[in-house]
Amino acid sequence: MNLQVNGKTQEVSAQNLELLLAELGYSDRVATAVNEAFIPKASRADTPLKAGDRVEILAPMQGG
Amino acid sequence: MRDFYGISLNTPLMLGTAQYPSPAILADAFKASKASVATVSLRREGAGGGGQAFWDIVRDLGVHVLPNTAGCHTVKEAVTTAHMARELFDTRWIKLEVIGDTDTLQPDVFALVEAARILCDEEFQVFPYCTEDLIVAERLLGAGCEVLMPWGAPIGTGLGLSNPYGLRTIRARFPEVAMVVDAGIGLPSHAAAAMEMGFDAVLLNTAVAKAGDPVGMAKAMALAATAGAEGKAADPMPPRDMAEPSTPVIGQAFLS
Repeated sequence: MNLQVNGKTQEVSAQNLELLLAELGYSDRVATAVNEAFIPKASRADTPLKAGDRVEILAPMQGG
Repeated sequence: MRDFYGISLNTPLMLGTAQYPSPAILADAFKASKASVATVSLRREGAGGGGQAFWDIVRDLGVHVLPNTAGCHTVKEAVTTAHMARELFDTRWIKLEVIGDTDTLQPDVFALVEAARILCDEEFQVFPYCTEDLIVAERLLGAGCEVLMPWGAPIGTGLGLSNPYGLRTIRARFPEVAMVVDAGIGLPSHAAAAMEMGFDAVLLNTAVAKAGDPVGMAKAMALAATAGAEGKAADPMPPRDMAEPSTPVIGQAFLS
């Protein structure tokens, strides 16, 4: 199915958020949101994904 | 001594981590300045994991980490970003920015108060980036903030303290509240002036990162902030309009 991951369309097979991070090769140190709602790490495996979902995967970055 | 949600800082300098010429210069700037707080952000991560390398550098600095909500324009964006930051950086501290104007990056103070109330209720320790407006400050304190961060001037301008009267007034009105002058500082003299007014710290980024010698400027800012703080603590003399000789007049020889 196609998801919007960090603003780009990606075809993936993962059925939940935890599996998506593994499928795309992300490290553990990220924070996640699906359809503009924060998903805590502990809830990723319980967060199913469906086609068209908007997933944000954020990491520590430089800031002022 | 005012503290920051129970944390006393070793130095009154908070330093941003953006725009440095290299990660090594970023680390050297922190070491040279002995800054006590590093501000950081959250951004989209590529699968390559650039964020992890950055985080390794920041962690090695051994300073307090203050994540921001930079770039957020709505309450929802800011609150969601704060939630993500709390998990990612394992801290209740959040530098709350809700931007209202794209040219000046002036905070949307109405949204800021609303977001602050939500986050304080959720036991975040909020550092709100605000203006020097007294009523906004009062509302932020009422929402549960224990720290205020009025701007010196718009972010990235280096204009210094554009409203000294307003800053003096907010400092005097809330004497128990820890306050940081955040943004607009371009020169060490600006940092010293803020500290001489009685602020508890200064937060700056561009002035150091975009200096020709960021490490040298980081050190200069630290010296200036500390000088300003020590000067304030030493109870400066009141200024006066008329001259007063410092050398004794009595005993002066009659030579004319």
